[in-house]
Parts: sequence; structure tokens; C-alpha cells
Amino acid sequence: MITGGPLRWAPRLTLALLVVPVAAGLLGTLIPAFSNDAKGFRALLDWPGLSPAVWLSLTTGVAATALSLAATLLLVASLWGTRVFALIQHLLAPLLSVPHAAAALGLAFLIAPSGWIARLLSPWATGWTQPPDLLILNDPYGVSLTLGLVTKEVPFLFLMTLAALPQADVARRINVAQSLGAGRIAAFVISVLPSLYSQLRLPVYAVLAYSMTAVEMAMILGPTRPATLSAQVVIWMADPMLTGRATAAAGAVLQLAVVIAALLAWVLAERIAALVLIRLAEGGLRAHALDAVARGLAVLTGTATAAALILGLAGLAVWSVAGLWQFPDALPASLSLKTWMRAAPDLASTGGLTLLIAAAATALSLALVLACLEAEHRYALSPQTGALWVLYLPLLVPQVAFLPGLQIAALRSGVEGHWLAVAAAHLVFVLPYVFLSLAPAWRAWDPRVSVAGLSLGATPARVFWRLRLPMLLRPVLTAAAVGLAVSVGQYLPTLLIGGGRVETLTTEAVALSSGGNRRLIGTYALLQMVLPALGFALALLVPAMLFRNRRGMAVSA
Amino acid sequence: MTGVLELQDLQITQGQTRVVALDLTIAPGEVLTIMGPSGSGKSTALAAIMGTLAPAFRTTGRVILAGRDITTLPPHLRRVGLLFQDDVLFPHLSVGANLAFALPPSVKGRIARRALVDAALDQADLSGFAARDPATLSGGQRARVALMRTLLAQPCALLLDEPFSRLDAGLRAQIRSFVLSRIRKEGLPAVLVTHDPEDAQAAGGRVVTPLGIPVKL
Repeated sequence: MITGGPLRWAPRLTLALLVVPVAAGLLGTLIPAFSNDAKGFRALLDWPGLSPAVWLSLTTGVAATALSLAATLLLVASLWGTRVFALIQHLLAPLLSVPHAAAALGLAFLIAPSGWIARLLSPWATGWTQPPDLLILNDPYGVSLTLGLVTKEVPFLFLMTLAALPQADVARRINVAQSLGAGRIAAFVISVLPSLYSQLRLPVYAVLAYSMTAVEMAMILGPTRPATLSAQVVIWMADPMLTGRATAAAGAVLQLAVVIAALLAWVLAERIAALVLIRLAEGGLRAHALDAVARGLAVLTGTATAAALILGLAGLAVWSVAGLWQFPDALPASLSLKTWMRAAPDLASTGGLTLLIAAAATALSLALVLACLEAEHRYALSPQTGALWVLYLPLLVPQVAFLPGLQIAALRSGVEGHWLAVAAAHLVFVLPYVFLSLAPAWRAWDPRVSVAGLSLGATPARVFWRLRLPMLLRPVLTAAAVGLAVSVGQYLPTLLIGGGRVETLTTEAVALSSGGNRRLIGTYALLQMVLPALGFALALLVPAMLFRNRRGMAVSA
Repeated sequence: MTGVLELQDLQITQGQTRVVALDLTIAPGEVLTIMGPSGSGKSTALAAIMGTLAPAFRTTGRVILAGRDITTLPPHLRRVGLLFQDDVLFPHLSVGANLAFALPPSVKGRIARRALVDAALDQADLSGFAARDPATLSGGQRARVALMRTLLAQPCALLLDEPFSRLDAGLRAQIRSFVLSRIRKEGLPAVLVTHDPEDAQAAGGRVVTPLGIPVKL
């Protein structure tokens, strides 16, 4: 047997790079929370907003997850195999690359009392000549926050579903179930859903953990008095008094406990749903009447989700070039590039730093992921289920629970506030997405090409560089674009590890969101969205250019 | 450089089942045919000679090629050429680059390498095809490029994994005679895996099952 060089250690190193920061960060959060006679916890319990904040975290998170999952499954169940489905597949990557903050700001511009929807309906339908005094944004029940989360999580879950569908043997199972008399929805639920969901489980848990603890979305769209628990933890962390930090740590620990409880409750709900499903199957579920309704509903939710994102982003774009724009005019009276010109120097430096951090985190992630996948191939390692859980660890453990601890470590070691430290923190979140994006294509590569290369005397390294990497250039660049998008969108790691001194487009956009300068917010949010979009465009264009004379490299539909 | 290919008591087991048992010597220019139903261990025998056997298999015995014991060598050092059922041309490289990929690093200089590639194309009646996209070639042309690519790597033995089964009937005889004549000309020991008796007959050598039992055609 050939003994491996450093490559053999790549998977272990990579897993360690994910586990160690999360574990160390959790420890660094737990210690201050319980030190000094658990002073932090006492302060936390004294806070009058505690139970509404916890309740908000639970309700918005669980509601957003349930709605996103339901919408995704509805879309797949009723539209799979149709032309609309193909259209959604094309829209997906751009929608997915929109950072959370930009999506939230776009939605805010859309649904605010002075937003586009109100303008379009005023004054002819509503009679409003002034923006109404309604608490639509930041509503106390977190409805707008939940909607914002759903618009971002549906594209994510949809993508994960697409990846899982080939293993669920959809066409044949639905055909068989329908030929036995079941309606389309019933056929999907009974014959496809169980095996599909077992593969969706980790992504769904990640969505639940994220939705319950999203900070930037909660700051832009969420309630304020009190805020959700995670947003409040970040507010406490910014407190210059040290007491605030202990309270923040205690709040983070509580948030972790609430997420774990919610995950356990979700698992319980899965069990019950499985039992119900078996009952329904045994009862001979047909539900033909459901199909038309579901189809209509699917088209409606799909359109609404995409429209909320697209219109929101269009609103950001219009605001960024708006001259005078009075309520209730649907469009600005004049257009001007004044905002862009005035902000250009700041946008350029902030955008440059954002790109630098994203490029560093993505390049390192890509190198590690490629090393892992190549080691898996060369040493015939079979990936364990445990490894997949580790991959999801940074997505399952709430950011707000381990980043504060990591910030303390960064402070102590003196790296806090350096862009490289921020890039290293981004790596923890970028790497899992790069891996999840690249692994299916990498593993699906025809192994005979490798054997052919080796039989021609090429070393394994030459096979990797000259054959596998160029042949898989498209998925590699797509994974890099995903990594770039994830890094650009990071808010909390940038804020905490950067110590407020590393300003990216995302931290600036969120910071600006509390002010009222919609034109300036528009420029930052738009640029925040343009960077990932450029990445995806390059990932499409570069291979198309390089292989324009190679029919065998064309995208197979 | 040619020589004999010796399979010295090569035995491969998967779990409790013995799937390969071969003990024979293949002379330069001889084509040994391994026949048997699918799943009978034909491809396993080739993978063992190639060095790409999955770890689930247990192998005993030795493989000696031109006097070198290659049993434990990694695949790229064995100098064993391989032709697949499909041509497995590299889709991102031109026909010429596919061939140049196979040239040993000892051939130095762009002009010298280019000359060898062009000579190989001439021998396959494909002169002037160097810049072509392999996807635009016909099945027969692709099969010939694949063989020339394998030969350019200067192998000491050739393995043929049902290389004619995907070709249509007319083309099949033509490509088969092209491949077999090249093998005899180069004096390479070769192992052909097939389930087509016509292939075995054309090969003209011994015909055995993966367990070494002679097959009567």
C-alpha cells in the first residue's frame, strides 16, 4: 500500500479547522457566563425583556423554518418535471447569492409604510398622502422578520432538495404511486418525501438554527422592544461596560439552550410526522382534490418569494440613483448618480476589503476542500456520517453562541481587528458551503479518466492538475462563487472578530440600516449583492470561454 | 522495450469467494483472452494487473512484467497500457494534446514531442487531426486515437477491457484488426477481456476463464 504524504492528513486537518473554533468559541462563551457567581445570568434574568425575546426567537425561527420547508416541498411536489420547475432552477443560484442583509434591506424598502408597495397603492387605493404611521417593519410579532427569513431560506432548501432528488428516484416512484390511484401530492408525500427528507434533515436543522439566531436580519426587520435574543446579545456585547459582556455571554448560552430545545422538539415532530405518514399510506391516501390547490399555491409562493427578493433588490437599485422621491410617487422625480459619486471612495475601499477577505477565505477553503476530496479519491477513503455532521457544525451551532468566545480569544492573542483574522473566521462558514457545493460533482467524475491517465504513466498529481481540475473547472468555480457569496454576506464574524474596525459592505449596510439614508443604504446593499453575482457570472463565463471549442465539455442539461 | 508478462499464481478473493486464479506467461505479441459472464472477475483480473484494485479484494501471487516485479507498484509506474470499452479521450484536450499527454517526460522539446504526435496520427490515418476537438471525431477515429495514445506512453504490456463491444459491427472488425496488428508489430504481451467469441478467435491466443480454466470456442 502506498503511504500518503501530507495529503492524507487533509480531511483530519479540515475537520479540526471546523471543530476547534466552534468548541473553543463555545468554551470562551461558557466561562464568562458562569464566572463571578454567574453574575451574567442574574443580570439576564433581571432583564424584563427576557421571556418575550426568547419567545420571539422560538416563534420566528420555527415559523420561518416550517414555512420555508413547506414552500420548498410544495414547489417540488407539484412542479417537479414541469417547465416552471426548470425556470426556478435557473433563478436559484442568483437568488441564493443575495446576502441576507441585502435581502432584508430590499424587503424593508418594499414593505415599509413608505415603501414601494404602499407607494404603488397610494393614494388611489389607500388614500394615503403621507406614509401611514403603521408598525409594519420591525413589527412586535416578528412577522416581517419571518418573511425575510423565508425569502432567503427557500432558495437554500430548494437547492439542497435538488441535490437530494436524484437519490430519491422521483419519476418512477411518483409514476407507480399515481398508477395505483394516488393524486400527485399524495404520491409525492408517500413515496418520495421519506427518503428525500432523510437527506434534507441536516440542511433543515441548519435553517432552524440559523433562523432562530439570525442577527443582521433581526436588526433590520425584527422587533426592537425587545429585540430577538440573539440581536439583544449583540447589543449587550457592544456595551462598553464589562457587565454587558457577562450578560451577553449568559444570553448566548441561553440562546444555545433554546436552539437545542427547538432542535429536539423538531426531531420529535419528525417522528410524529413519520407515524402520521404511515397511517396516511395505509389509509390509502388519494387526495386528488389537493393537487390543483397545491399547484396554485406552489406557483403563488414561488412567485412571491422570488418577487420579494427581486423587487426588493430593484427597490435598492432605484433608491441608490434616486433624486427627489416624494411619497406617494411610485418612481423618483429625477435620477442622479450623486449618491454613487459621493460614496464612491468609501464604497471602493470597503468593497476592496470585502473582496480581499472573501478571496482569502474562499481560496483557502477551496484548497482544503480539494485536498480532502483528492485524498478521499486517492486513498479510497469513504466519508463517514460523522464527518458530515462536523461539516454542518458551524451551521448548526448558533453564531452568537460561539463567536463571542472566539472574539475573546482573538482579543487575547492580539489578532482582533486584523482582516486576516476576519478571513480566518469566515473560513469556518465558507468551507462547509464550498464542500457541499463541490463534493457531488467531484465525486461524480468518471474514475476511468483517472485510470486512463495513470495507465499512460501520469503521476496522481499530474492526473489531478491536468485532467481532473480542468475537467471540473465549472463546478470548482461555482463552489468558489458560493464561497465568495457566503463570505461577502457574513455579518457577525466580521463585526466581532474585526472588533468593529474591519468594515465590509455587509457591516456597513447593517450599520446604515438604522439611519434613514435610503440612497446610501441602496448603494451599499447593491454592491454587496453585485460582488457575489459577478462571481457566479465568472463561474459561468470562464469555462464557457476556455472550452468553447470542446463539445464534450458543454453543460449537459 | 518488450518482454513477457507473467502472472505467477495470481489469486484474488472477495470475502470468501475466489474470483481470479491465473498462473500463466504471456509472450511478446501474444494476446491472452479472458472470457466469462459479466461479474465473473474478468475486470478484476485486469484491475489487479493495472494496480487499481479496490481494497475490498485480497490478492496473492505476483505480476512480473519484462523481468520487473510490478505487484506492489502504483499504477503510473507499471508501464501497463489500458484500452477501455469507451475511448475515454480527455474531453478538454485537443486530439493532439490527448496524444502528447501520453508521451513520457523523457521526450524533451516541443518540436520533438509534436513530431511524435504527428507520426502517431499518420499511422492511424488521422493526419492533420491534431487541433481537432475529440468530440467531433467518429467512433472509429476516436478508437484509433485511443490506441495510439496508449502506445505513445511506451507500455510494456497492453490490457484490453472489451474495447470493441461498443463499436457497430462494420467498424468492429476493422478496429479489431488495427489494434491486434499494432500489438503484434510492437511485440507487446496483451490481455483481452471480452464476452464475444469472435474477438477471442481474432486474437488467436489462449482463451481462459478468470479462474484459469481453458475455454473451447
